[in-house]
This record gives sequence, C-alpha cells and structure tokens, in this order.
Amino acid sequence: MVTSVTSLGRNGLYDWLIQRVSAVVIALYVIGMVGFLVCSGDLDYGTWSAFMGSTPMRIANTLMLFSVAAHTWIGLWSVTTDYLTGMTFGKAATGVRLVVQMAIALLLLVYILWGLLMIWGGA
Amino acid sequence: MKVSVYRYNPETDREPSMKEYEVETNGKDLMVLEVLNLLKEQDPSLAFRRSCREGVCGSDGMNINGKNGLACITPLSEVAPGVKEGKKPLVLRPLPGLPVVRDLVVDMGVFYQQYEKVQPYLQNESPAPAIERLQTPEDRAKLDGLYECILCACCSTSCPSFWWNPDKFLGPAALLQSYRFLADSRDDATEQRLSRLDDPFSLFRCHGIMNCVSVCPKGLNPTRAIGHIRSMLLERGV
Repeated sequence: MVTSVTSLGRNGLYDWLIQRVSAVVIALYVIGMVGFLVCSGDLDYGTWSAFMGSTPMRIANTLMLFSVAAHTWIGLWSVTTDYLTGMTFGKAATGVRLVVQMAIALLLLVYILWGLLMIWGGA
Repeated sequence: MKVSVYRYNPETDREPSMKEYEVETNGKDLMVLEVLNLLKEQDPSLAFRRSCREGVCGSDGMNINGKNGLACITPLSEVAPGVKEGKKPLVLRPLPGLPVVRDLVVDMGVFYQQYEKVQPYLQNESPAPAIERLQTPEDRAKLDGLYECILCACCSTSCPSFWWNPDKFLGPAALLQSYRFLADSRDDATEQRLSRLDDPFSLFRCHGIMNCVSVCPKGLNPTRAIGHIRSMLLERGV
C-alpha cells in the first residue's frame, strides 16, 4: 500500500472510476454538442444564447466543467508522479512536484469558479 | 555477423558503452544465447547470466534489438529481419530500468521486493486437512496462464510505469502472481490481498499499454490478470 495525499480520492479505485466516468460525460457532451451544431443550421446569437441558457444545458455544462477538471487533475497527477521524480530532479523532486501540482490545482480551481460564473452568473 | 553488446564494468568504466564484435555463425539460426557463448569464447570478460538454456529458469532475460526476451529461446531469425543473415547487427542490452551490475547483468533487487509484497504463497486459516486441500478441476483451471511465470522480469522491465516508479508500482510480474493467489480457491486471504492493492500506485499505475503481454516469453497475459484484479476491487468497492 502506497500512501498518497495529493491524488483526487487518495485511492486508486476511486481515481480510476472517476477518470472513466468523467471520460464518458465528456464524450456524451461532445457528441451532443456536435449533434446540435450539425442540426441547428444557420446559428445566430439568439438561438445559441437560448440553447446555452436553458436549464438542461446549464446542468450539462456544469457536469462537463467538473468532469474536465477531475479528468485533468487525475491525468496530470499521474504525469507529475511519473516524470517529476527523484530520477529526473534528485532531492528537489518533492518540491518541484508539489509546486507543479499546486499550480495545476489552482488553475483548475480558477477554471471551475470562472466556469460556474459563466454558466450560472446570469441565472 | 555483427553483434553490438552493452558493456559496463562499474569498477573500471566511467560510463557504459556499446562494443562491436564479429561472430561466425555459418548462416545457422542460432539462439541468441549461443551467440553470447561464442562471444564469451572471444572475450571472457563479458558478463551475462544463464542457466537452464531452455526457457525455464528465466536467468537470461535481456533486451534484444529493442525488445525484452530470453536469449536462450530467441532464435536469430525472430530477432529482426536481416539479423540471421548478417545484414543487420544483433544488439544486446541489459533489461531496461534496473541498475546494471556489470554488462548484461542487472540488479533484480527491486523486482524481487515487489514480488515479495504480494505475498506469493497460499494463505489459509482453516485447519489443514489430513492429506491435502482439494480443488475442483474448474477451480484448478483458473490458475492456468498464471502459475507458469518464471520471474524473468522481461515484462516488468518493459513497462514504463515500472521504469518511473519501480518502488511503488508492483509491475506486471508481481501483479500476475498476486492474481494467481487471488484466483486460487484454496486461498482465503482475498480481502487482505485486495486491501493492499487499492492505492493509486500498486496496481492502478497500469495504463494497459500491454508491453508486458508483447514480450512475455511464456505467452502469459499480465494485463488480463490486472484487469481481473481491478474487477475484484470494483466489486468490493462499489
């Protein structure tokens, strides 16, 4: 058993499951969005605004927002723990990894808050 | 034919280098180990491990023209097109990702430590029967494709996840053995075994790229075994 406090769920199965579930949400969103764009013909601002402002789309966008954030964190956490290790950075590895992970976490937090503001701000 | 061999003696060399040799094979489809034996006659300082010379002991795992395999059961004709004919050189390197002791000999310590972590022995708390613990033919069949592993380390040392985190990710060989005991109807330590695999590294660092399957000299499938363990964890955790 390897202890890890910076992984999303601090548990391999949880992270693995979230990674798969979020991938399905992202795939369904992209398919739905492409379907809408293909079927909507000449798109004007009014149609787009009404579509994105509807409650189902706001919920879908929120799900997409959290899915992208979780998926990104789990994926990049794996990348940082693979490549930013003692093999590449020696004794400085823990510091380097922590700084990079915190920077990614902060960016994702900003992304979530900004996204929520865009989606629900006008509600 | 030309043979290029990784040479490194930590007592005399500042860094490893590739040394070129010329070996006469008379066009025969020799095993790579036979070529190494011919090289050893030329240059007795060359170090490599070998024992059974028939793919049972797992001693002579090495990187042959970029792919891990057992030298004793890899014929030149299977290494790469043109190698047997002498059109391309035979390139021999130690197993990747493990510290080199000398030339083609690697320190397998971390590999065995990971093997030890999965407690590769039968655990059963119930009183021992008079003769032996019986198993149905169906239950016994579940161990096929698992018990044949010879611990040559070809799979684990071809796995990038093992290269980057050899102390945290158990690697395909140890995980195959872990499932060998999880699948055994006579073992009752399933819960304890699974609870040790639940972290983000030990098992879940496997991304399913299947290098292990492609190099296993015994034709085993560690990726499938890892998938079975993941399913068991999922059933237990959901």
